[in-house]
Amino acid sequence: MTASALHRPIDSLAIGEVALISAIDRAGLAPETAQRLCELGFDEGVDVEILHRAPFGGDPIAVRVGNMVVALRRDMASLIEVEAP
Amino acid sequence: MNAPVILARQPVVALVGNPNAGKTSLFNALTGSRQKVGNYPGVTVERKAGRLALPDGRSAELIDLPGTYSLDPRSPDEAVTRDAIFGRLPGEAPLDAIVAVIDATNLRNHLRFVLELKALDVPLVVALNMSDLAARDGIVIDVARLADLLGVPVVETVAVRKRGLEALGAALASRIGDAPPAPPRERNADIRALQKQARSLVATVETASGAARRWSQRIDAVALHPALGPLLLAAILFFMFQAVFSWAEAPMGWIEDGIAFLQAELALRLPEGWLLSLLNDGVLAGVGAVVVFLPQILILFAFIIALEQSGYMTRAAFLMDRLMARVGLNGRAFIPLLSSFACAIPGIMATRTIDSPRDRLTTILIAPLMTCSARLPVYAVVIGAFIPARDVGPFGLQGLVLFALYFAGILGALVAAFALRRTVTKGAAPPFLMEMPKYQLPALRDMVLGLYGRATAFLTRAGTIIMASTIVLWALASWPQPPADATKPGIEYSLAGKIGSALEPIFAPIGFNKEIAIALVPGMAAREVAVSALGTVYALQGVDEENAEGLIQQLRAAWPLPTALAFLAWFVFAPQCISTLAITRRETASWRWPIFMFTYLFVAAYVAAGITYHVAVAFGL
Repeated sequence: MTASALHRPIDSLAIGEVALISAIDRAGLAPETAQRLCELGFDEGVDVEILHRAPFGGDPIAVRVGNMVVALRRDMASLIEVEAP
Repeated sequence: MNAPVILARQPVVALVGNPNAGKTSLFNALTGSRQKVGNYPGVTVERKAGRLALPDGRSAELIDLPGTYSLDPRSPDEAVTRDAIFGRLPGEAPLDAIVAVIDATNLRNHLRFVLELKALDVPLVVALNMSDLAARDGIVIDVARLADLLGVPVVETVAVRKRGLEALGAALASRIGDAPPAPPRERNADIRALQKQARSLVATVETASGAARRWSQRIDAVALHPALGPLLLAAILFFMFQAVFSWAEAPMGWIEDGIAFLQAELALRLPEGWLLSLLNDGVLAGVGAVVVFLPQILILFAFIIALEQSGYMTRAAFLMDRLMARVGLNGRAFIPLLSSFACAIPGIMATRTIDSPRDRLTTILIAPLMTCSARLPVYAVVIGAFIPARDVGPFGLQGLVLFALYFAGILGALVAAFALRRTVTKGAAPPFLMEMPKYQLPALRDMVLGLYGRATAFLTRAGTIIMASTIVLWALASWPQPPADATKPGIEYSLAGKIGSALEPIFAPIGFNKEIAIALVPGMAAREVAVSALGTVYALQGVDEENAEGLIQQLRAAWPLPTALAFLAWFVFAPQCISTLAITRRETASWRWPIFMFTYLFVAAYVAAGITYHVAVAFGL
């Protein structure tokens, strides 16, 4: 397996496919946004799964992170990388 | 007051917690109807306080602070919470104790906030709310162990069923001393470290079996389905609007009848003169103009509250985000804008759910472009007078024109949002990040208290202004009185008539005559008043929506078609009624934005009417 298969953006998950967050590109986010992501439970090692993609182009997406469901747009989702559990 | 005189100061307790932890339900359960809703000075953040009776006989002031995810604020609401906790809020006493309200089904995230609060070294009690839902989801929490590890009392509560309230009161009483506590310790929280600590705490005290959020996931399978989801949303909204207009019809009729009855009674008892005119055409007409919309507004608020409390509102925002993003807004702007089709006032009040100040301001500024129900009577009269009732294909031409007017409003709003986001409300909006809470059946108590709060807010905020302005406009339209040998309708001799005549040169280039200019002045009170004002200037008595036939004949004779079309175009953008401006002033806490709103809508209406008029003339209509 290549490294890219191990670490891929969360957006590439199929609906219902569970993965662990492996990295969050915090440098690509405003500091407040990075913190809000953290407050909503996004952190390395946390289990996530995509539950829904919105109609009209699949953006935003609804992500289950721990016990919480959070809606975010795909441009932000591209900064969150996941790996197989 | 029969209560014994208590010299001791009243302790202050605040409810603090993440949004969706059930904080407001707990507040309602603890205080019942003994609550006061106001505003924090200088910001448009609601202040909710009530009296909490402690089991040891003392009573405390309980404050429901706005929900927040942490002590690092990202919105005016969250800043209020932070400042209140640190005792920095002007006019607020420092807190004696904090109740951290947490959702037992989402312990991980909510415990992190508890740890953040605990680091402040203030008396803290944890309300482990929604413990019934946790049990239903197969989540077992070792509460004693949790309290032990946290070092603060933890009480299981079910706010909607009023369970655990006594235990919570007892725990609070034990934490509130006679002297105020030391101020909170300023801290520098490392959220990620706390997050990790919370996760390991949860691993120790919680055993979960079975699928969490099973019900929510089942509902979402339909509600967020790419095809079914939008259909369901459309169906809910269709039902909502049907309800707003059809359920409100009967009570609106009663209110109109009641006002008419009072006016008739007064007319019997008082001599003809300015006093009768003031009471009937000023005060009662003013009260009527406010109260007649109350049924619609209450029904609309009831739906909005139910949508919010059930958790569906965030789903609607999720479904509509993509479309709203195209004009620089986010999904949360959708419902406020939709509500504005009934009336811009509840719509503008509903923008409080938009967390980004820029998005919120943009939404407020474009809300009046949604065709509100008060514009319908104006459209109905002018369409009835000038648009032939013939069919175009399978559709009636009159209906098509009405649809085009609604559509023009929406299109105007989208263009305005697009332009505003690049100019006056320029700047990056905070990224769209929205928690989608689990679905819940709204509790009746929370619905009723929420509805009561918003209804009184509407009546006091909009009502007083609408009434005052109606009386002022009445005075403008009544003074000076016409001379005894008057040949023209009385209004032409009045101040309103003079203002209208003075405005005529401004409106002449867009095809408006003097009568229209005069009618626009009292039309500022509420748009549909323009209909009766037109009736007045054309010397007809008692014109309203129901008996507009005479006015329709009159207008046909008096207006060329291009003028009528220009008048319709004007009302798509029409500088809105005074109550909309008043509510905008309240919600933006400055005069700047209502003045800006009036100006830009006036210019838009003027340009739209002008283009319509000249194009129509050019086509020889």
